[in-house]
Amino acid sequence: MTTEILLAGFGGQGILFAGKILAYAGLMDNKELSWLPSYGPEMRGGTCNCSVCISDKPVGSPLVLTPDVLIAMNQPSFDKFIGSVRPGGKVFIDSTLVDSKSSRTDIECFYVPSSELAETQNLKGGSNIILLGKVIKETKLFSFETMKAAIEKVVPPKKAALIANNFKAIELGMNS
Amino acid sequence: MERNLMKGNEALAEAAIRAGCKCFFGYPITPQTELAAYMAKRMNKAGGVFLQAESEIAAINMVLGATSTGVRAMTSSSSPGISLKSEGISYIAGSDLPAVIINVQRGGPGLGGIQPSQADYWQATKGLGHGDFQLIVYAPASVQEMVDMVVKAFNKADEYRMPAMILADGLLGQMMEPVSFPEISDAQPDKSSWVANGHNNKREHHIINSLYIQAQDLEDKIKERFQRYEIIKQSETDAELYLTDDADILVCAFGATARVVKSAVNDARAQGLKVGMFRPKTLWPFPEKELNKAAASASKLLCVEMSMGQMIDDVKLAINCSKPVDFFGRTGGVIPTPAEVLDKIKAMGGNN
Amino acid sequence: MAVVFQRPKSLCDVPLHYCPGCTHGIVHRLVAEVIDEMGIEGDTIGVCPVGCSVFAYDYFNCDMIEAPHGRAPAVATGVKRSNPDKFVFTYQGDGDLAAIGTAETVHVAARGENIVVIFINNTIYGMTGGQMAPTTLPGQVTQTTPFGRDPKLAGYPVRVCEMLATMTGTALAQRVAVDTVPHIRDTKKAIRKAFENQKNNKGLSIVEVLSTCPTNWGLSPLEAIKRLQDEMIPYYPLGVYKDITADGGEK
Repeated sequence: MTTEILLAGFGGQGILFAGKILAYAGLMDNKELSWLPSYGPEMRGGTCNCSVCISDKPVGSPLVLTPDVLIAMNQPSFDKFIGSVRPGGKVFIDSTLVDSKSSRTDIECFYVPSSELAETQNLKGGSNIILLGKVIKETKLFSFETMKAAIEKVVPPKKAALIANNFKAIELGMNS
Repeated sequence: MERNLMKGNEALAEAAIRAGCKCFFGYPITPQTELAAYMAKRMNKAGGVFLQAESEIAAINMVLGATSTGVRAMTSSSSPGISLKSEGISYIAGSDLPAVIINVQRGGPGLGGIQPSQADYWQATKGLGHGDFQLIVYAPASVQEMVDMVVKAFNKADEYRMPAMILADGLLGQMMEPVSFPEISDAQPDKSSWVANGHNNKREHHIINSLYIQAQDLEDKIKERFQRYEIIKQSETDAELYLTDDADILVCAFGATARVVKSAVNDARAQGLKVGMFRPKTLWPFPEKELNKAAASASKLLCVEMSMGQMIDDVKLAINCSKPVDFFGRTGGVIPTPAEVLDKIKAMGGNN
Repeated sequence: MAVVFQRPKSLCDVPLHYCPGCTHGIVHRLVAEVIDEMGIEGDTIGVCPVGCSVFAYDYFNCDMIEAPHGRAPAVATGVKRSNPDKFVFTYQGDGDLAAIGTAETVHVAARGENIVVIFINNTIYGMTGGQMAPTTLPGQVTQTTPFGRDPKLAGYPVRVCEMLATMTGTALAQRVAVDTVPHIRDTKKAIRKAFENQKNNKGLSIVEVLSTCPTNWGLSPLEAIKRLQDEMIPYYPLGVYKDITADGGEK
C-alpha cells in the first residue's frame, strides 16, 4: 500500500515543512518513504510543491504525478493539480485562499478555512499544520501521537517553543 | 540500525566525513548546494577543512593539492561546474592521485537548466578531460546508496590511485529518504611511498606530476595505468538485476531513472508482461558480464535515460549488438513517468 | 680548507634546462639558500607552474607538485590548508600568474593564504617561444605582437605587486630584480622575509622578481640585463609595496 501525497502552495506557506512532518511521521511508523521538493526559482515567492510517498515497500519514482492526497494552499495550485488527483483521492483545500470548488465527483474534497483559523486562533503561519490535522483525521494515515512525535523531530531545537502551537494546530485541523 | 531522514546531498556530505574526508573544496551551484552547506557546518567540527573556492577550477585544484599530501579530499558540483573541473580531473588522473568528485547532474548543454538530468553520462565515462584516462563512476539510485557509494569511492580511489565520481542527479540530491550509517572505517592504505607532505629529511623528495616530456615515457606511464584499469574492469563492476530471470524485455536504466523504471516494470508484471530491469551501479567500469546475464532470456532491450541516449552505446557494445536495443528518454530536466515507460514497453510488444 | 661556496642542499645536483643568461637559475638558488638557512627543506612543499619553470620539480630537493597552468595558488591552498604546519611556496611565471591564473592569484591574497609566491616577471611567454605576456611592455615585439604591443589592441601590462598590495590578506608584496649583485642580495632578503612571514602566520607573501629572457628577447645575456634596467625597472619600479611587518606597514 502506497500513499502518494502532493502539497502545493506559495513559497513561504510552509509547504516543504508540512511535507517534512509527513515524512518524519512515516519514519516514526517504520514506513518506507520519500520526500521530494520542487526546487529552483519557484522557491523564491512563486508556487512551490512537495511530493511525499509513504509506503510499505521501497518507493519507486518519488515524483508524485497522480496524488492520492492533495493539499492545495492557493488558487494556482488548486487549478493546476485538482485534475491530476487519482480517482478516489482526497483533497484538502485552504478555503480562505481558494475560492473555487471542484466539480469532480470521483474524489472527496475538504474545504478548511485554515488560514482564517490560524489567524483567529493565534497560530500565525499554522495553516499548513491545520490542514495536516484534517488529513490524518480523514485518511487515518497517521495517528495524532505519530504526528506529535514527527513534529518534535522536525521543529529545530531553537524553535522548540513552537512545538505546542503545532500540536494545537493539528488538533484544530482534526476537529475542523 | 537507526534510520534518519536526509536529503541526498546532505547524506553524501555526511558519508564523506565519516569515510575520513578531511578536505572539502566547493563552489555554489544548484542543485548540489546543500552538500557544500552541510560541509560548511560540519567539517570544521569533524577536524577537517571546508573552503569555498573562487571557482570550480580553483576547487578541483585545491583537491589536487590536498590529495597530493595524502589526505582524503573531495569536491562536488553540478554539470556546468563539472565541465570547469575537467582540467583538474585530467591532471589528477595523470598524476595518479585519488580524489572523489560528485556530480549532481542538471540539464545541459551550456547553462541548461536546474532540473534533474543524466546527460553527463558520456562526459563521466568517456571524456571528463583531455587524454587517455578513466574515472571509476558510481551511479546511486537512492539516498542510502549515495552513502554506501561515497565510502566505496574513497576506498577505491585510494586503492587504485585514481579519481572516482559519484554521478547523481538533482532528483537524488534534493530528495529525502530514510538512511542509516553503517559502521564506516576511515582507514586508508599506506600512502607514504608517494605523498608530497614534506620529506622530513628522511627520504628522497617526492614529485607529483603529470608531465612526461619524452613520448615513450608517457606511453609507458599510460599503459601502466591501463593495466590497472583492466584489473578494475574485472573486479569492480556492480549491477542490480531485477526480475530478469524470465524477462522477455529487459529495461536498462541507472540512477533515479531506474526508480521510475522499477515502478513501470512492476506495473508491467502486474499486467502479465515478462519485463525485467538491469541497473548498472558502476557506469565505468560498465558491468558487461552482468548485463549479458540479465539479458540471457530477453528478445529485446530498452534503454531509458534522462538524456537523448548515452548509456545505450555501452549497452549495445556490451551485448555486441546481438539483440535490438530500443530507447526511451526525456531530457532537459524532464523526468520520465512510469506510465510513459510502460507505454513504451507495451509498444515494443513484449511476450506474456 | 673552508668551503666558501657550494650548491645549496635544497637544490638537486642536476643540470638545469634553462637557456644561457636566463635568470631562473639565480632565483632557484636564492629560494634554495633560504630554505637551507631556515632548515626547512624537510617541511617544505613547492608547487611549480606551467611555463619555463615547469621542471622546477626536478630541481628543488623538497617535495614538489606540478600544477595545471595558473592553478599553483589553488594547489598550494589545498596543500597548506591540509598541512598548516608545513611551508608551501609556488614558483610561477608571468603568464601563469598574471594571465590564466589571475583569479587564483587574487584570491590567495584575498584569503590571506599563508603561503609564499615567487613570481618571475620577464615580460614574455618563454616556454612556448616568446608570445605576449600580461606583463609585456607597450611597444615590445613578441611573436604575437609582431609590430610591438599596442595597448589599444592588446591592453596594458599588469602591475602585480601594486594590485596585490591593495588586498587586505597580503602580508608582503615586494618587487625585486636579479640584474646586479646588490639587487640579488635584496631579492634573497625579500624571499627570506616571505618565508619568515609564513613561519609567523602573516598571510600571503609575494616576491616579484624582474628577470630576463635573452632567448626570446633576441638579446645577449648582457644586453638583456641592460634592457631589464633601462626598460623594465622604469615601468615596474622596485620596492616594497606592502609589508605588514614594517614600521608604517605599507609604501
